[in-house]
Amino acid sequence: MANVKRSPWLLHYDGSSCNGCDIEVLACTTPVYDVERFGVVNTGDPFHADIFLITGGINSQNKEVVEQIYSQMPSPKVVVAVGTCACTGGVFKECYNILGGVDTVIPVDIYVPGCAARPESIIDGVVKAVALFQEKADAMDSKK
Amino acid sequence: MGKRSVVPFGPHHPVLPEPIHLDLVLEDETVIEAVPSIGYIHRGLETLVKKKDYKQYVYVVERICGICSFMHGMGYCESIEHVMNVEVPVRAKYLRTIWAELSRIHSHLLWLGLFADAFGFESLFMHSWRLREKILDMFEYSTGGRVIFSVNTVGGVLKDMPNEMLTKFVKMLDEMDGELRKVTGVFLNDYTVNSRLRDVGFLTYEKAWELGAVGPMGKASGLNVDMRQRKYAAYGDLDFTPITSNVGDCYARTDVRIQEIFQSIDLIRQAVAKIPEGPIATDVKGTPNGEYFMRVEQPRGEAVFYTRGNGSMYLDRARIRTPTFANIPALLETLKGAQLADVPLLVLTIDPCISCTER
Ligand code: SF4
Repeated sequence: MANVKRSPWLLHYDGSSCNGCDIEVLACTTPVYDVERFGVVNTGDPFHADIFLITGGINSQNKEVVEQIYSQMPSPKVVVAVGTCACTGGVFKECYNILGGVDTVIPVDIYVPGCAARPESIIDGVVKAVALFQEKADAMDSKK
Repeated sequence: MGKRSVVPFGPHHPVLPEPIHLDLVLEDETVIEAVPSIGYIHRGLETLVKKKDYKQYVYVVERICGICSFMHGMGYCESIEHVMNVEVPVRAKYLRTIWAELSRIHSHLLWLGLFADAFGFESLFMHSWRLREKILDMFEYSTGGRVIFSVNTVGGVLKDMPNEMLTKFVKMLDEMDGELRKVTGVFLNDYTVNSRLRDVGFLTYEKAWELGAVGPMGKASGLNVDMRQRKYAAYGDLDFTPITSNVGDCYARTDVRIQEIFQSIDLIRQAVAKIPEGPIATDVKGTPNGEYFMRVEQPRGEAVFYTRGNGSMYLDRARIRTPTFANIPALLETLKGAQLADVPLLVLTIDPCISCTER
């Protein structure tokens, strides 16, 4: 899998976020920021996705959904937690229904801080994720 | 009767930016019934009033929803101000109005984009969001934040907008006018868009009234419900009539929202012309004791903020009823009899904000 970093596909799921980070993730794909410059395409299908962008913390109900989406993605895959909520639980940490950040259920590779995370930092996270994605792909190749 | 089947829709679905789950009972391609289940974003933030004092809680309220973050903050602060009998400086009221109307424009443009995406018109989505960025630039310029900018506080606002900045904003809005009319014109006049929107998802006046539809959902069916008429913030000094339509289909709802964008621009113009000089916040001492129901008009409709204080720093109860929650019964009504292919369109037509709904 040489050069997979040229066209990583991205999947976005809203954990229990307040929406702020979601609209910033979407803003990244629209004209002013436009991550498609890096070959990144936003997809809705876990089976096609390489990078999993997740916003918001984990609660009792979406826990299974997140786990399921993660398991449906083919390897190699990279998980990016966007926003303070996704990193740690953030402002909702003390709420009774919040179990914590995304790393309570699935392994997270890259943490993007901010409330709301700014498009610039999200793009920075995605660019780092793309590099990591290539690394993981190379590691898989060399094992063969 | 044909064979019935149940198709799940969501929680993770390409057209949905946020998770909601519907079980659609179908007969061939026609929806007979839709059964919603929510809770994927429930955080339980109303209980945080026990852990954060009433001033800190402003920051929590602002994070109910990133789209109308400012209006949530405003509704909560006004509610507490009523409980504590705090007189807010007039300039602060005007500033709140201006930020609130800017939020409405940004929210409606965001919705137009997502809606265009739902009926598969990608370039229209991009254009709407490109225009929306200009409003976000104004937020960033005046407050430093793009979506969550936390300028509300109990007793006023935290940042002032100098008069030069305000006139500059009005100029920027004037410059946007042509482009806005071009993009919104596509929604209203384009043949293909019209064929998707017209005569789809009817909601009659009686049903809208019975099911308690709010905001553009109700207004498009002829309900004259606009909480801005209750004259909170500076709306009492401004001149406007709520926009309504009698048709009640998807096209009418789009039309109402588009007209509201231009109405908001007009309200900002009026507010900038009238805004007085003066302080932007009063010092608030003491603790809230008593209760109040505050109703504000958000882009999606009426939101209710109930607060009850017991004389300590921590509130007894904060209850927030958001517009999308009120519109879900109306959504289920419009889904009945719809074609499966129209379901994403109908779900988006209420402008769903799930994080508001579930809090
Ligand atoms: S980090 Fe902040 S903006 Fe992002 S989802 Fe959480 S509360 Fe909302």
